[in-house]
Amino acid sequence: MNIDPTTPPAAATDDQVVTSEDLIEEVSIDGMCGVY
Amino acid sequence: MKLVEHFELGLDAPICLTWELTYACNLECAHCLSSSGRRDPRELSTEQAKAVIDELQRMQVFYVNIGGGEPTIRPDFWELLEYAVDHQVGVKFSTNGVRLTPERAAFLASPACRGYVDVQISLDGATAEVNDFVRGPGSYDTALTALQNLQDAGFDDAKISVVCTRQNIGQLDEFQALADRFGATLRLTRLRPSGRGADVWDELHPLPHQQRELYDWLMAKARSGVDVLTGDSFFHLAAFGEALPGLNLCGAGRVVCLIDPIGDVYACPFAIHDNFLAGNLLAEGGFQRVWQDSELFTELRSPQTGGACSSCDFFDTCRGGCMAAKFFTGLPLDGPDPECVQGYGEHALAGDRVIPAASQDHSKANPTRNQPVMLTLLTRAPDRPPVSDCAESPLAGFMPEPVRTA
Amino acid sequence: MPQPMLDQAWDLSPSVALRPEPFGALAYHFGNRKLTFLKTPALVRVVRGLAAAPDVRAALAAAEVPEAQHQAYADALRGLAETDMIRPRGDDARAELS
Repeated sequence: MNIDPTTPPAAATDDQVVTSEDLIEEVSIDGMCGVY
Repeated sequence: MKLVEHFELGLDAPICLTWELTYACNLECAHCLSSSGRRDPRELSTEQAKAVIDELQRMQVFYVNIGGGEPTIRPDFWELLEYAVDHQVGVKFSTNGVRLTPERAAFLASPACRGYVDVQISLDGATAEVNDFVRGPGSYDTALTALQNLQDAGFDDAKISVVCTRQNIGQLDEFQALADRFGATLRLTRLRPSGRGADVWDELHPLPHQQRELYDWLMAKARSGVDVLTGDSFFHLAAFGEALPGLNLCGAGRVVCLIDPIGDVYACPFAIHDNFLAGNLLAEGGFQRVWQDSELFTELRSPQTGGACSSCDFFDTCRGGCMAAKFFTGLPLDGPDPECVQGYGEHALAGDRVIPAASQDHSKANPTRNQPVMLTLLTRAPDRPPVSDCAESPLAGFMPEPVRTA
Repeated sequence: MPQPMLDQAWDLSPSVALRPEPFGALAYHFGNRKLTFLKTPALVRVVRGLAAAPDVRAALAAAEVPEAQHQAYADALRGLAETDMIRPRGDDARAELS
């Protein structure tokens, strides 16, 4: 397979619409069930 | 993929966990989920406990909730607390407050602990009458003294942790007032029929209309921006409509677990029973091996079908409720939660069921003067008439006898 | 529309620990106990690369984030800034005094 060394590999998500919700999610350290 | 979906399949290390340091306790709370009272002679040594902390550091478990029994009763508690803090393991410890003197409070408020230590005071009534009924005489005063000592020492934002019961759900505003008074944050959690809780669940668990009251109160607080913690323990109430803040999922064996005083690892502190025992961290491979490879946790991390609940409109939000609540009331795990807000649990409770025998019991062999009034009343000899509501003596009907035989 | 953040230098806050996960990383702030999940490996690369980069734009490029997503990543970084997971470079000395 010929790989053109001058072209960086395309990121898998190039055409993906991304919002910050896809990137970060804050959770409460107290917000998971099963702890005192 | 939503975060919750990642969590349901489990992580390589817990996000946080409960670590019961000892089964010894100065109190004899009626509903104790760990059936505590007497020290187990196989308790981890100081060195073994430090090795656990080392492993938690390596696994980057950032935060543990240390409880028991009463953890501050262990002579090495303060040494272990400092060791955890020095090894990037944040600690919240749950206590009845018995050892929180002004000196200890000052230490907790000092820069040595800043950011790494949180304190959670157990309180189950906004008045001594309601609290001491289940936690024992003087326990309310002990808790408030501890809160005062912490406040006086400048400790910021202690937690008041309440188990919601039939008797205290009418005191929610008063609990909030107590939290405000001491500069603390209120935490309300669900009563599970676990440990000694199994024996008093019928009398203590909230009634259906009280669950609604609690849900409405929590939603109002959330909407008005008042911070009330719940440990995500009311996700079964999501079936009322909007989900409460939190992950709304059972974290047991997926993102959290329990380490008990002898190194046994359970799915969660509300499920101390052989059926939910994943292994022991003293075995080869330590805690990491148990967390990552145990049969029980692998099973819990496989996609759960929901069984009889999956056809219910609300299954997506309530997720079938609490595994421990179902197990300890003798209900099938693939059916409704005993407190299902749609009423399916009540129906199930009325059917045939066998309440499982306790796997273990660390309760004191004989009650002491700390025995809560609730248990005193429950041990009334069967041939005695009920105490009249008009009886004036606080000892009316009192007949000391062991709550449990060894 | 100018994006001031893209031209600023930011660092990971000293009280924050990053724990790798298969899907990204878990960020925990020991001071304020905030817990944030970084949901893509690319964002983790960006956050880890902030300290070495002269500005956010350079960190995004080094992490091979497509330009079409720079806005979203900047928004995410703003979210991290709101919980003090990341701080503007040079703020550390002042922060440690507080």
